Amino acid sequence: MTDASVAQPMALTADSLQIAPTRRRREVIVRYCLLMAALGTVVVSALIVWSLVSEAWTFITGVAWADTWGQLGWFPRRGLYDIPTIVIASIIVTAIAMLVAGPLGLGAAVYLSEYANRRVRAWLKPALEILAGIPSVVLGFFALTWIAPNLVGRIGKNTFLVIGVVILAGYAVIAAGVARNRIKHYRGSGAEPSSLIVAIGAIAVLIAIFALVGAWLLNVWIEFAPARAGSLAAAGIGVGVLTIPLVASISEDAMAAVPDSLRQASAGLGARRMTTATTVVLPAAISGIVAAFIVAVSRAIGETMVVFLAGGAADAARFTDSPFEGSLTMTAAMASLASGTDSVVGEGLTFQSLYFVGLMLFAITLGLNVVAARFVARVREAY
Amino acid sequence: MMSRLSDDRSRAAIAASIEKRRVDTRGLLFRTLLQACLLLTLALLAVLIISVVTNSTDQLGTRLGDFLSGTLRSQSGDDRLGVHQGIYGSLWIAVIVAVLAFPVGIGAAVYLEEYAPRNRFTEFVEVNIRNLAGVPSVVYGLLGLALLVKGNLFGLDRLTGGSSTLSAGITLAILALPIVVITAGEAVRAVPVELREGAYGVGATKWEMIRTQVLPYAAPGILTGTLLSMARAVGEAAPLILVGAISGRLGSDPGLLDLSALTDQFTALPIVITTWTVQSGRDVGFTAAAASAIVVLLVFVLLMNSAAIGLRNRFEKKRG
Repeated sequence: MTDASVAQPMALTADSLQIAPTRRRREVIVRYCLLMAALGTVVVSALIVWSLVSEAWTFITGVAWADTWGQLGWFPRRGLYDIPTIVIASIIVTAIAMLVAGPLGLGAAVYLSEYANRRVRAWLKPALEILAGIPSVVLGFFALTWIAPNLVGRIGKNTFLVIGVVILAGYAVIAAGVARNRIKHYRGSGAEPSSLIVAIGAIAVLIAIFALVGAWLLNVWIEFAPARAGSLAAAGIGVGVLTIPLVASISEDAMAAVPDSLRQASAGLGARRMTTATTVVLPAAISGIVAAFIVAVSRAIGETMVVFLAGGAADAARFTDSPFEGSLTMTAAMASLASGTDSVVGEGLTFQSLYFVGLMLFAITLGLNVVAARFVARVREAY
Repeated sequence: MMSRLSDDRSRAAIAASIEKRRVDTRGLLFRTLLQACLLLTLALLAVLIISVVTNSTDQLGTRLGDFLSGTLRSQSGDDRLGVHQGIYGSLWIAVIVAVLAFPVGIGAAVYLEEYAPRNRFTEFVEVNIRNLAGVPSVVYGLLGLALLVKGNLFGLDRLTGGSSTLSAGITLAILALPIVVITAGEAVRAVPVELREGAYGVGATKWEMIRTQVLPYAAPGILTGTLLSMARAVGEAAPLILVGAISGRLGSDPGLLDLSALTDQFTALPIVITTWTVQSGRDVGFTAAAASAIVVLLVFVLLMNSAAIGLRNRFEKKRG
């Protein structure tokens, strides 16, 4: 009876369940717009590869290969493209940069991740991020006007004397530590007195060797003639300062990914913080730290402005393997070619040589980044 | 009996070793070493800033207004020396990066996080973006030179006017694009799944869900990433050298809002710094000029950076 009074529900058809055509159309349009944006990034890659390869190919097919090896140096405007000159310079700058950025960045990362409390971190991390945000051209100015005269230029006078003394002191500390352990060992094991004498003798020889090596290093540094203008060493230190935040942030991320349970287990076994850091956390995060170093190497090779300003060479460079002379790295060679005049001009293949160097650079950094990505992925898989 | 005795002795030794106050010398040394690494880094940062600022007082301290409105000159003692042309270039480069890289980058990030099917192609696009972020900036300059200045492929040089602010802006927008995609993608990924499901539950379509839930929630993160990428783009000099920024005297000095000058020859703050640093070899007065230009650039860049960092910290704390 009452059933009849209930209003007949509206006939629910498939049509009424469908969304309004305008809404559906908008969905499709938006989806395609976003897809286009994503494909845009692929187009960018394709364009980079195309622009590099097409011009570099002209160089590769057109250049006299005898001019690219064993020449006086990199003189593109005279048709001499000595590849070893710019590659060796790049390697020197990168090596010095890693000597600076590796220990400093890693040390900062270990401190931030294992020692610093929350309040200290809140201040230190933004400071590192400010350093990361400083444009490379500013570091170039700094490397030329401050690092070159004050750090590199005073080699043999103050700075490197201090560094030499520090290294000698480090040797002494290590030797003393070894001696202490040795003596303890012999005392504990209750060995013959003669073996104790042998041990002490060995330690004395060790200390003598350390002292000789240190003195020799000091001597080398003292005899070195200071460079007044830019040099590969100054540029390398500048690039190193630039890459410190990179090393620090990537390796800190890797250490943060190590689960706390590992640290707690280590502490539970009675390990001190230092032991936990060096024997538990660092080995567990090693993939990420390796990745940090590889990314930093890739960044240092690709860094242009610091090397261009502080590298100590203008348009051309003679071959050199000394870090205390000026030369052109791969990137600086490109920048100097383009900045000499208002546009890239020169004999024959000068313009194409730019792209050939660019292609080399692209291939090297791409390879390094791919390897680094593998290492980062390993950290992610592990934890 | 014997074992009991040695037990007691070892117990006493353990108690002594626990109760005795010992200084962990090695641990302290290690800790100091780590602190030294950090302090040395910060000291270098401090020296950098101090040396730049003290060098800049010659120019900024005495003629700040003139310096900001002056132009590129061949003598460092020139009264009309200044960075106005550089500010014009950098300002418009920032605008072009914002107009081109931000929408495309955020769009790509939303597509990859929300729409893209999990297949080989999507994976390829993602790997490709990560690799693009690692390409040295000078290589982007080569791309800009071939594509926009020489017009090798599509004849784009007619549109951009060759070496112009527009070419430079587009080049740097391409450079900033992968960074925008990566940071925006991270922000989008951090949106809680409950928000999405809630939106679907009340009948939203996918795009409506993204527009009303995902994008507002991810906005601070996206903004942080875009600000950081913009700061990086504004500070880049190497691609601009390749694209052909003018380092000598530049004829025109357009007003800051003069759109028609976008296709003219140009310079930018990083290029001005480079030029003056190089010229300081023969004319020492340019050191002060370069330092002053650096201060102007750093004010730009560090403001953007600290805004981004502050924004991120605030929202991290809020959502903890």
